Amino acid sequence: MTATSSTSPQHIDSSCRLPLFALFGGAAVWLALSSVLGLIASIKFHSPSFLANSAWLSYGRIFPASTNALVYGFAIPAGLGVSLWLLARLGRVPLAQPWLIAVGAKLWHLGVLVGLIGILAGDSTGFEWLEMPRYAAVILFVAFLSIALWGFATHSARSRRREEADSSGSADVRLVTSAATLYPSQWFVLAALFWFPWIYSTANLLLLAFPVRGVAQASIHWWFSGNLLFVWLSLTGLGASFYFLPKLSPGSPGLQSHYLALFAFLTLILFGTWVGIPSGATLPAWMPTLSGVATVSTLVPLLTVGLIAVQTLRGAKTKCGGGPLCFVKFGVWSFVLSGVMLAASAVPEVSRVTDFTWFGTAHTQLRLYGFFAMTMFGAAYYILPRATGIEFPFAKFIRAHFWCGAIGTLLLTLPLAIGGVVQGFKLVNPDVAFMDVTKSTLMFLRVSTLGEALIALGNLLFLFNVLAVIVRYYRAVLTRSYAAVTAQLEPTPDPSQERNAEVKA
Amino acid sequence: MKSGALVFLAALMALAGSWGGFVLAPQIQLAGLVQTNATGSSDLYPLGRPGLAKQGLEVYRANGCVYCHSQQLGQERTICEIMLTDAGTNAAATAAAIAKLNSALATPLLGGVGGGSKELLAGLPKLILQVTDMNAAEPAMKTLESAGAKTEARVVPQGADIARGWGKRRTVAQDYLADYPVQLGSRRIGPDLANVGLRLPDADWHLRHLYAPQNEVIGSIMPPYRFLFERRKIGREASPDALKLSGKLAPAPGYEIVPRPEARVLVAYLQSLRADAPLFEAPLTPPPGTVASTNAPGVSTNAPATATNAPATTPSAK
Repeated sequence: MTATSSTSPQHIDSSCRLPLFALFGGAAVWLALSSVLGLIASIKFHSPSFLANSAWLSYGRIFPASTNALVYGFAIPAGLGVSLWLLARLGRVPLAQPWLIAVGAKLWHLGVLVGLIGILAGDSTGFEWLEMPRYAAVILFVAFLSIALWGFATHSARSRRREEADSSGSADVRLVTSAATLYPSQWFVLAALFWFPWIYSTANLLLLAFPVRGVAQASIHWWFSGNLLFVWLSLTGLGASFYFLPKLSPGSPGLQSHYLALFAFLTLILFGTWVGIPSGATLPAWMPTLSGVATVSTLVPLLTVGLIAVQTLRGAKTKCGGGPLCFVKFGVWSFVLSGVMLAASAVPEVSRVTDFTWFGTAHTQLRLYGFFAMTMFGAAYYILPRATGIEFPFAKFIRAHFWCGAIGTLLLTLPLAIGGVVQGFKLVNPDVAFMDVTKSTLMFLRVSTLGEALIALGNLLFLFNVLAVIVRYYRAVLTRSYAAVTAQLEPTPDPSQERNAEVKA
Repeated sequence: MKSGALVFLAALMALAGSWGGFVLAPQIQLAGLVQTNATGSSDLYPLGRPGLAKQGLEVYRANGCVYCHSQQLGQERTICEIMLTDAGTNAAATAAAIAKLNSALATPLLGGVGGGSKELLAGLPKLILQVTDMNAAEPAMKTLESAGAKTEARVVPQGADIARGWGKRRTVAQDYLADYPVQLGSRRIGPDLANVGLRLPDADWHLRHLYAPQNEVIGSIMPPYRFLFERRKIGREASPDALKLSGKLAPAPGYEIVPRPEARVLVAYLQSLRADAPLFEAPLTPPPGTVASTNAPGVSTNAPATATNAPATTPSAK
């Protein structure tokens, strides 16, 4: 059967090349922009009049622009890219309609651009993590659907191929049996592709298009943020981790185990979807209570994931050496730590202290950057060379990026976490003047600004590498096609003239 | 898991659950909220924000004030303060009743030879006793009233936010009915603003604070919002709206700093922020003589009616 040649890993990888370029190229740019904006926002705490004279650069606009660039500009496109590649690879089919996916990706990046300009111009919606104005949200939604659709198509092509293999009779038995059960990453990734359109459309419809009244807005808003920042990021990130952890560790016994992963998946979506409503919220009391119980229960999938990671990495012989495995391992441990912080902050006695402080920012950033972004970096550093056939031109930057990202994340989030607790204890004590509360956080903010700077540096290194790969690839394509064209144009040597030349000589 | 269909089903069920709980249920539960009467008054609450304040909310939203300021307060408990408002005709009996209820208050004054009861009954209305709720308050009030005195029970919410002076009671859903978007906030890099209209009612203070926060609040890390103001040449005479600035902040001679419309409406919005009306779900006895948020006369009676958590008078439309 000729199917094997068209479904070889190389063919599948190269079918993903164009969408990955479109998704990751833009994602790397938005990532660098978000860390620059985030750095500016962070500096404003130490020098409030820094760039304060312009409305577009004021803190209240730059900060949401930075977070939106990180989530919508980088996290979602990168997640989509890795998800599509995983679906193709694990389904052993080439990616469906790469050109249409690339168009969808460009549409997404256009939406991000329009949205970010809207936020800086003052059209922010006022809902954190959903600041993109309506006109941008529509573009983003359509673009996401147009990309996710082909992810589902790729996945179902896998089933059809299996049916063909079955019916053709000359089936490769190994292919058929391994295609029968989905690999855990496929569940995570498919669930994520379904999750985002539902939460995004609901939030936009009920908060922006036909707004509900009063604090119901707050409830829907918290529901959306929790599902985006906890469930969607975890599903996509863990889908990648569960593939790469066994893949990149030689000597690993494979993902340990299928049933633990199933348990983690089911408990993650069961409990995780209720995360998000803070303990003291101005809502009917059953809502924050229910959310708190669910958030503490997320310790179950969390510890399961930790267990899976430990068992999968057992027996891994080599050190990760600053390569993709380092990123993925750092990501899993950040996932566990940020999840523990989230669960702790949902306990009412703790949230009494940590609500409204930097603690929430700390664990959100740890999950968003330390877990999700680092895992996506590891995945990109693995996938892009295979999709293009070109190694990263600046290989040393990869290791430098890892250390900048890892140390930067720790410097960013741990001081904010500690500072948040200090701030919280002072806030609940009414004898402490508010100015003293603010003063107590400044030292922690200084360290976190340093972390932001390191992260920004690492992201620039990532951007260089990604753009360099894209440039090198197209240069190679152009060189090849130029060579092919000029070879055709060269006059073929005439045999009679040659003989005359020989005679003359 | 065998197939994509099962994954889809699991995801659908999980997401439908939380959708029902946090998207649908609050709509069902809170959709019936309408303007209602503040407890003990006939004024509606919440009133929609006046036009300037509504525009100010748009400026607040556009400039991302919500990333540093919250607008929600919590409380830890309510207590009942039993106040003596009239000593009645039998001072000795009243003093004895007080001694029975709160010996710590009475003994230092009554311990000596008689005459101490005059001091004890001076300075009315006087706090006699703090109890946890109305059930504990009623017997105490009966004791005092049977001695001929007149008493009043005040419901006082307590908590860290309230002790900080950020408000008189916790915020509840009713407070946000009139707002879009609801800017509850999740960080307190700056103080909570739910009652800033009560705490800082002066428009000029707000304008100066927006122009140069470090001048009004020493050590503030709030950025200056100079782009909300305009520096222009003084015309025939100085504008009455010009900011009164001095020292380094003052503009060059011949120039003045005038707030733009955005600054004006933002200040109007900040002045409109108050959440202190007593409600059924957030009882509160405003101190007598103060004007409640609805400009009705302050609630002050001798009967415990204000504190019995009776439902508010029925709103006209439901």
